[in-house]
Amino acid sequence: MSNNKGLTVGQKRAIWAWLFLVIPIVYFIIVRFYPTFDAFSMSFTDWNIIGERNYIGFDNYVTLFNDPVFWVVLGNTFEYLLFGIPISLLLSFTIAYYLDQIKFGHGLLRACYFVPFLTTAVAMAWVWRWFYQPVPIGIFNLALGELGILQMDFLRSTTQALPAVLMPAIWAGLGFQIIIFLAGIRSIPDSYYEAAKIDGAGDRQILWEITLPQLRATITFIVITSSIGFLRIFDQVYNMTQEGEGGPLNATRPLVIHIYKSAFEDFEMGMAAAQTVVLFTILMVITLLQLKVMKKDG
Amino acid sequence: MAEQKIYKKAISVKKTVIWTMLAIGAIAMLTPIIFMFSASFKYSDEIFNLNIIPSEPTLSNYIYLFEETTFFKWLINSFIISTVVTFSVLFFDALIGYTLCKFKFKGRKIVFIAILSTLMIPTEMLVIPWYVLSNNLGLIDSYFGLMFPGLMSGFGVFLMKQFFEGVPDDFLDAARIDGLNEFQIFIEVALPLVMPALSALAIFTFLGNWTAFLWPMIVTTSADLYTIPVGLASFSGEFQTEWEMIMTGAAVASLPTLLVFLLLQRFIIRGVILGGLKG
Repeated sequence: MSNNKGLTVGQKRAIWAWLFLVIPIVYFIIVRFYPTFDAFSMSFTDWNIIGERNYIGFDNYVTLFNDPVFWVVLGNTFEYLLFGIPISLLLSFTIAYYLDQIKFGHGLLRACYFVPFLTTAVAMAWVWRWFYQPVPIGIFNLALGELGILQMDFLRSTTQALPAVLMPAIWAGLGFQIIIFLAGIRSIPDSYYEAAKIDGAGDRQILWEITLPQLRATITFIVITSSIGFLRIFDQVYNMTQEGEGGPLNATRPLVIHIYKSAFEDFEMGMAAAQTVVLFTILMVITLLQLKVMKKDG
Repeated sequence: MAEQKIYKKAISVKKTVIWTMLAIGAIAMLTPIIFMFSASFKYSDEIFNLNIIPSEPTLSNYIYLFEETTFFKWLINSFIISTVVTFSVLFFDALIGYTLCKFKFKGRKIVFIAILSTLMIPTEMLVIPWYVLSNNLGLIDSYFGLMFPGLMSGFGVFLMKQFFEGVPDDFLDAARIDGLNEFQIFIEVALPLVMPALSALAIFTFLGNWTAFLWPMIVTTSADLYTIPVGLASFSGEFQTEWEMIMTGAAVASLPTLLVFLLLQRFIIRGVILGGLKG
């Protein structure tokens, strides 16, 4: 009581503030900052979980970049991104654009598109894995058979497996993108459209000169969040390929599967940590790049 | 006149075409979910059939799943973990966001930037150190081991701070004059004013934890501690060719979030927009 008398209101508030923050600060140091530091420092060691941590400088990184498999893995990771972004963006925008013009059954249609976003990736990976099976099991090949079209290898083919694994990831993320696009389209003031119509602009012109430019922030947001998602793809690949290896012949193996296998099957912790640093760097560069592109345009 | 009529007709034809295309798309989106549920009610000999309604619907897959496997335990594990983590995130992220927004003190900016910077760190980079930490502290195969990485989140702090900006300081000052202490003000005055943000955060956090796979797989070795996704992955790996069982497992894993959506649809979509755009 008497102790508090000497404090000003501002000082008392500051004490409350630190009181509120002390547990969170300790938490963030132990569970976020220290582990981040630990991952970096581990990446410069040859640690294999049982032995000592010997400092070996950049050896892990050198080994990594001389490993042809690692380049295949990096290539796959970017393939997920380069196919995933344009396909999902085009689909989600087209659907949102037309859905916005529909009044009858709008809520129901929107709900149908959104539902996959709420599913569990692991569960849906198995559903799609079933769909991709050869005849007489998989429904895709059964359907192709009924249409009299050639059977497809899907997950067993080194060329078709990656797109086949990517599909459920696109499918599940579409609903989120559609909802965000719809909100973005709705937030464009009606007066813009009215002015354009008075000027005699057609639908197409309105789309290219008003709707899309006005959605720049929305598009950037979706591109960044889904880029990060595709670059970190794991659940689908792990559950749709044999032994979660990212096969056949590494054809679907992305960076995170590689990290998981290095760390928790081969127990090459130092090497795995170096791979996570590579992932971190890629995510950082891509995010900053996209933010920069947006700023330049805006 | 006639021209206008034709014009109007053209519009309604166009609308009908758009509507039909969208409806076909919507059905296509639901196909995997429909087939999953349909297969879960089929006997194994009918699984290779494209019909959606089973000719002899059966609950035997579900009965087997709950009586002969650890699935029920996994559901309980997932439920407990997702709930506890969600409450922890709601409480702490709101408290941090509130403090960083409404208190003026030295070091406020640094704390905020530090917490925000954790958003740049991918989970995949942290799982290895977390695993080492859990190993040293004996947290492998424990609820706390499953939960500790998610108890607070930078995303939530950012979201909550944004929303507290909209709460007028006058409200808080009035409560101070009434003699409430700062913690009471936070709980009784500030929190009720940001309910929409809290529910958005709750949706994202619960869903994220319900579907989380990588960390729960790493930190558990005993099947009794598996969460639903980890359990389903190992179960499906074992049942390889018994697709009706795998589909039943997948259906059970997906059902809770789908049911919640059916009940709270509008609310959830609003929450996702809120969380997505402001976060």
